[in-house]
Amino acid sequence: MRIDLKAVEDAAKELYIRALKILPPDIKRGFEGLAARETSPTGRSVLATMVRNIAVAESADNLLCQDTGLPIYNVLIGRGVEVDGHDLKQAIRAGCERATREHPLRSSVVHPITRVNEQTSCGARVPVINIDFSDVPRQLSIEMIPKGSGSENNTWLRMAIPAEGVDAIRTFVVDCVLDAGGKTCPPTIVGVGIGGTGDLCVHLAKVAATRPLGSACEDAEGARLERELTAAVNLLGVGPQGLGGDATSFAVHVELAATHITMNPVAVNMQCHSARRARATWTPDGLAWGF
Amino acid sequence: MAHHEFHMPVTEAQVRALRVNDTVTLHDTLYGIRDATQIHMFDRGRRTRFDLRGHAVIHTAPNVRWVGETVAAPVGYEPVCVGTTTSDRMERFTRPLMEQYGVRIIIGKGGLRQGSLDAFADLGGVYLAIIGGTAALETTWIDRIEDVDLHDLNPESLWKFSIRGFGPLLVAMDSHGGSLYSEVNAQARGRRAAALAALGVKA
Repeated sequence: MRIDLKAVEDAAKELYIRALKILPPDIKRGFEGLAARETSPTGRSVLATMVRNIAVAESADNLLCQDTGLPIYNVLIGRGVEVDGHDLKQAIRAGCERATREHPLRSSVVHPITRVNEQTSCGARVPVINIDFSDVPRQLSIEMIPKGSGSENNTWLRMAIPAEGVDAIRTFVVDCVLDAGGKTCPPTIVGVGIGGTGDLCVHLAKVAATRPLGSACEDAEGARLERELTAAVNLLGVGPQGLGGDATSFAVHVELAATHITMNPVAVNMQCHSARRARATWTPDGLAWGF
Repeated sequence: MAHHEFHMPVTEAQVRALRVNDTVTLHDTLYGIRDATQIHMFDRGRRTRFDLRGHAVIHTAPNVRWVGETVAAPVGYEPVCVGTTTSDRMERFTRPLMEQYGVRIIIGKGGLRQGSLDAFADLGGVYLAIIGGTAALETTWIDRIEDVDLHDLNPESLWKFSIRGFGPLLVAMDSHGGSLYSEVNAQARGRRAAALAALGVKA
């Protein structure tokens, strides 16, 4: 299957805009679940405003949140897909830039030292483009995540040691949720990376934070830990927007990797309640939009 | 838990009458301010030509569209999506904003710290919580962009919005030492041991 790079550029533009405007159905269902269980009057009121905002964004064809985020594109290339990797990255970058200029969107991206904003949502190594491969025949998918800064600023890594055991991971996650308080726009998805190298651990936390609600860690121990942690962080009472209530997090998600005999790393990356993502998938049947 | 309708600007007495858990809806004028705006105003010696005395500022950097100057867009910009950012990063600017510019109300999400709470008590100010991530809804409360200063910092310029029924917003920090964030944070930290026990973590 040969990929038309102009179609990729157009899709990269459209994906950014779609992600900013249409919340995935699993997140909407997540709101329903939290609202049904919320006992705090303030918490119920905050959740109701969030749900109302989703409807206003869709009816007005507007952005859910002002934060256009740091643009992330996750590319998954299946078997028998013919595409030039370098040109694919250039096409995605061009689409990201066009979304910013043509919609228009706020460019939230600056040089980290000069703070100069090119007004393109692009800069050195941004958009972030992650490329991976799958065994699915003749399929290319691109997932777009506009990662908001309120949640991204709540990212932590702890290089714990083996003698501290899994309790170090459990304690760290609870303390991160406490430290984040209302800053990270709860209810959140708490992404937890466990194991790997330091950099892989942080990356896994991001993968976990941006995974659809209702999905589970493929590792049985990881899945058990995410169920336990989801229940525990929702005992804290941080609540929606940090104003108190039951709904602190939709879920805690765990992703893990093997690690060194001397290491026990844990990372936390959070996703805010505006847990935005969009996906374009090419197959021999054409292009399909999803989440 | 009273509700207040404020036509901006307001007096110190109006702001001091507010208590945590009251609600406020603002009318007429609102200023948008952000990290870079305040870094330039307080660290790099720049001044704004706007008179902020008695006014409210919201922690924001809006999505705007350039349409050219019209009646609906006096300085050429129309609002696309105007929301709110995390206030905590701008904690150290609360006092100088109030002392040097006479700002009375700060609107944001996630709350401010003790230094701001002290400034609200000393100088007469409040923090109003808006629901972060609900920008589509907030945008419907904004009529137009009236003016812009420190334009080169776009999107972190100082924006003057014309507003109608901006709220209701929750008084989350008042001038009497009350802070919902401190209360919730203390309660949550009090529950830390129970959460860790539920996870089987040995104390």
